[in-house]
Amino acid sequence: MTLAPETTDLKIQLQLEDGWFTVCELDRLLPGRGVAALLPDGRQAALFRDRHGKLYAVDNRDPFGGAAVLSRGLTGTHQGRPFVASPLLKQRFDLETGQCLDEESVRIATYEVRVA
Amino acid sequence: MTATPEATEATPTIVLVGHGMVGQRFLEALAERGLTATHRVVVLCEEPRPAYDRVALTSYFSGKTPEDLSMTDMAFIETHGIELYVGDPAETVDREARKVTARSGQVFEYDVLVLATGSYPFVPPVPNKDAEGCFVYRTIEDLLAIEAYAKSKATTGAVVGGGLLGLEAAGALKGLGVEAHIVEFAPRLMPVQVDDGGGAALLRTIEEMGLSVHTGVGTQEIVVGSDGAVTGMKLSDGSELATDMVVFSAGVRPRDQLARDCGLTVGERGGISVDEQCRTVSDPHVFAIGECALASDGRVYGLVAPGYEQAETAAATIAADEAEELTFTGADLSTKLKLLGVDVASFGDAHGTAEDCLDVVYSDSRSGLYKKLVIGRDGTLLGGILVGDAEAYGTLKAFTGSVPPVSPESLVLPAGAGESVQLGPTALPDDAIICSCNNVRKGTIRAAVTDHQCTTVPEVKKCTKAGTTCGSCVKVLGQLVTAELEASGVEVDKGLCGCFSQTREELYEIVLALRINSYQDLLDRYGRDGAKGGDGCEICKPAVGSIIASLAPTIGASNYVLDGEQAALQDSNDHFLANLQKNGSYSVVPRIPGGEITPEGLIVIGEIARDFGLYTKITGGQRIDMFGARVEQLPLIWTRLVDAGFESGHAYGKSLRTVKSCVGQTWCRYGVQDSVRMAIDLELRYRGLRSPHKLKSAVSGCARECAEAQSKDFGVIATSGGWNLYVGGNGGATPRHADLLAQDLSDAELIKLIDRFLMFYIRTADRLERTSTWLERIPGGLDHVRDVVVEDSLGICEELESLMTAHVAHYADEWATTINDPEKLARFVSFVNAPDTPDPVVGFVPERDQIKPDLPLLTIGHRPLEGSAQR
Repeated sequence: MTLAPETTDLKIQLQLEDGWFTVCELDRLLPGRGVAALLPDGRQAALFRDRHGKLYAVDNRDPFGGAAVLSRGLTGTHQGRPFVASPLLKQRFDLETGQCLDEESVRIATYEVRVA
Repeated sequence: MTATPEATEATPTIVLVGHGMVGQRFLEALAERGLTATHRVVVLCEEPRPAYDRVALTSYFSGKTPEDLSMTDMAFIETHGIELYVGDPAETVDREARKVTARSGQVFEYDVLVLATGSYPFVPPVPNKDAEGCFVYRTIEDLLAIEAYAKSKATTGAVVGGGLLGLEAAGALKGLGVEAHIVEFAPRLMPVQVDDGGGAALLRTIEEMGLSVHTGVGTQEIVVGSDGAVTGMKLSDGSELATDMVVFSAGVRPRDQLARDCGLTVGERGGISVDEQCRTVSDPHVFAIGECALASDGRVYGLVAPGYEQAETAAATIAADEAEELTFTGADLSTKLKLLGVDVASFGDAHGTAEDCLDVVYSDSRSGLYKKLVIGRDGTLLGGILVGDAEAYGTLKAFTGSVPPVSPESLVLPAGAGESVQLGPTALPDDAIICSCNNVRKGTIRAAVTDHQCTTVPEVKKCTKAGTTCGSCVKVLGQLVTAELEASGVEVDKGLCGCFSQTREELYEIVLALRINSYQDLLDRYGRDGAKGGDGCEICKPAVGSIIASLAPTIGASNYVLDGEQAALQDSNDHFLANLQKNGSYSVVPRIPGGEITPEGLIVIGEIARDFGLYTKITGGQRIDMFGARVEQLPLIWTRLVDAGFESGHAYGKSLRTVKSCVGQTWCRYGVQDSVRMAIDLELRYRGLRSPHKLKSAVSGCARECAEAQSKDFGVIATSGGWNLYVGGNGGATPRHADLLAQDLSDAELIKLIDRFLMFYIRTADRLERTSTWLERIPGGLDHVRDVVVEDSLGICEELESLMTAHVAHYADEWATTINDPEKLARFVSFVNAPDTPDPVVGFVPERDQIKPDLPLLTIGHRPLEGSAQR
């Protein structure tokens, strides 16, 4: 095994009720795309990385369609705010607050995320 | 329908004799004025079908069906309670008793009788004029007979008459594979519309198309063989022309026999004499409109626009509407036509009959161009003739009668020749007539935008009827609508999205010209100020990703859409190379080129579907769709498919989907070409080509069109001489029949033309704009596209072809690449931290011996959001 480049040492962690939960290595996350993580209690989180390296995590379930697919949506910037658009019917969710940008009454859970 | 021959006193009866274009317009005019509610309306129609678009008759030969040509909405007839008797002409009129007797024996009493019997083709009284193989060119039935004879018995054909219809008939014969001759008595073609100079320009172009023209000679005799069928004709110069069929198209005469028989006054050279209200001069209860009427100015009008005006006049008179006192005192004979692909237009005083008038002429017979303007002594534009390029027709015609704001020379010089200027329609006065078929003035069109909130040409057409008959004014309409929108301060942000102020077409040009192969680079250099340095959005990322993929080999990008930064741009479906379904599972569609598949191939697909428990369904595009695959199953499924020789079907991409085919001449008794082979060739050539929207195609092996090619973005129909190419068809919510782009192409010509067409579409279409809407939107429409891709008017065809060649050379199957790349494969997991765990949300329940999604009903409700540029 060759010596891995420095990024492979870095892990992405989510803050859950009982502490930081390690999800995967940082380089599994492509800028502009997401991955899904299975949490110990069976919930799912969608993790994203923007072009500047900033990380976000929200609930993976699309509250409109019901399927756990938000990690597969396209990300972007709307008026300076990062968002993901659901791949089902394209509703957008603010990645920092979980607020749905197209339906005021809808908000999804968000997670603290860090690289360690 | 049951006839109620007795009119009661309570409901006065209007009987219309003749259901052509003018008759139908008359019925609409009655309905608009409420007369169908107060009157019983009876229509006697001689032809076996209700009113159809006779002006577009020749389009039957370019693929329009009689149904396409119909102008009669049966719902309209029924809604207004109109009694329409098709195939039952009026035989006699008893004016004293006010009764019409039809051929069927039905008798109708009338309060008002309207004659719209049209005209009949004039056949010169030469010997054997009725022999087998002699035809006229007037009705759909005539065309069906010509087509049948040309296909079975004729290799050469002659058209008597070099006027408008004669040229159309000759073009139709040529299209049927018959060597065509035109015999015109006058010294030039289209003698009524153009002068000698215009005739010369026209002649050159027509002869270049392979038609033989004989001007200045008359027909003396039709020569027949021993079986009584045509073998040739004797001409007035003593020569003899060998021909298998003759089509008489030497003008028309008013059909006034019915009027003559009942004692109505007719003109010396025919035509039922009417006054300015279109009421016959002999009987206040009888009107005559259209080509059978001799108007109060002593002329019989053979064009549809004056006929429409007469229909409106008669209806208004019958309604006795004092607020609307219409009169018909004569009409403009301006015409613009596209004959055999050549623009011909004449307007106003085209032959310069006014005193002291002067001509301004530009003539270039090398390129078949001829333009003449007739100018009065005071500078007033009186009329003109345009051959070869009638672009300026709409504007010039509207300026007729006034002094144009620029010098006349500059209006006829070709673009680039120094002084030439484009005189926009915005300079026209409000009362200028833009649509002469429907008599719509510029002010009305402006009002449609300002008062009726129309923002597009189709809306304006619907609102004003402008541009709905011959279509020659649609270009001017578009310019007026845009100008009016801009003037009323509607800021039309044509930008792609909140990140880019450019249109998709502009971004394409930037990417190609500057060889930009990075989205971030493009955004940071050309994005809107607030968007630079950001992450873009879900609208522009896939759009730019598609542009980069379309041009990949040329701009130095990877031809693999999941490579590097490109992976982040793709829509979710492209990212997983499969179609996301509602429960988070995917469907898989392997490519089955042309719909041809071996039993072994079917078995492999069946085994895979069985082993992975997938739901299978045959698609509309002759392929097999397998549903219910979880994301981590996709590589396993595709490893087996690739091993068996299958490739990605790109069902997930905005790219070529399928090329359907019928079984073609290999098996079919009717087939004339090998449609399956051509479909496979086309599908393999264009597979993987990223485009603004999905592309569908089909190839039919004969004119029966079993592959439904005319509903495709590009459709191919076999002819005995090669292939006909149709473009811009669509099924779905707004079906559109494809337009014929070119005829009788060889294999190589066909592929070259499709290469150009697709690349031109990819270059200029908006995001998510199908070819059908693109064709309707772009200025100039089909004609423009034909100019660009067939005539190479922009000089870009070489570039379009080389872009396609590069695409074809660099194509590689995305799934084969993916399953051989461990790093890419690592993305195909439900959970990054538990690669072996399937997504528990994805569940299935049985239905009809297969599976269907079992989705927990925890949803908020569906509300589809379409990306919009305004966001």
